[in-house]
Amino acid sequence: MKITQIIENLNLELLSGDKGMEREIKGVYSGDLLSVVMANAKEQQVWLTVQTHINVVAIAALIDIAAIIVVENMDVEEETIKKSNALGIPILKTNKTSYEIAVELYKLGID
Amino acid sequence: MDKHQDDSKINLEYDIIRNDFKRAGEASSDIKSILKKIGIDSKVVRKVAIVTYEAEMNIVIHSYGGNIKVTIKSNNIIIEAYDRGPGIENIPLAMKEGYSTATNEVRELGFGAGMGLPNINKCADDFKIKSTPEGTRLLITINF
Repeated sequence: MKITQIIENLNLELLSGDKGMEREIKGVYSGDLLSVVMANAKEQQVWLTVQTHINVVAIAALIDIAAIIVVENMDVEEETIKKSNALGIPILKTNKTSYEIAVELYKLGID
Repeated sequence: MDKHQDDSKINLEYDIIRNDFKRAGEASSDIKSILKKIGIDSKVVRKVAIVTYEAEMNIVIHSYGGNIKVTIKSNNIIIEAYDRGPGIENIPLAMKEGYSTATNEVRELGFGAGMGLPNINKCADDFKIKSTPEGTRLLITINF
């Protein structure tokens, strides 16, 4: 499944990183402790988090995360947006919780 | 960054500045893209990315500044991370998952999980650490 499809189905707001919109998703990872995410998230997963600091994009790039979904309507810093645009890693936003989004992604067939 | 190449190896070197959270991760990103470009196996690239990122963040968060050197050889990659202090008081504790001396401010950003050195250890085929108040030196080998 592509990122464009999950944006449509889950009604997510695309904040930045449009260049990476056609990426294929293979799974989901949820976590807010950066080193734990770094160690355990896999390439092409979407990452659900409340963290919005610029380093989130650096981590996503390092381990080839497909896209970042910022949950619970957290404000995303301008520098994070810029980095996401520069690297083409989409940041999507929702007011739902990680759990709710994970359930919806599962229902879409991503496991 | 300085980069020079001879027949058998490539050397990369980066200065890491204390508290520079804006640029943090850039050295690791650069190292990763070079490894990918020269065709290093993706599993090895991931290990090096994790090791260099954790080492870089440790220098940014905990030290007065330092540098990271990467040497790519024909059958392994050597990563050296050096900082100018203040040193790790208790290395066995610092190696324990979940133990961290990071401030609350840094933890709110998602750092300070106490997983940095354990993550490095997991990715390394060989890991040496030496620390005094004058500085900490990590020497990591990742085999192909």
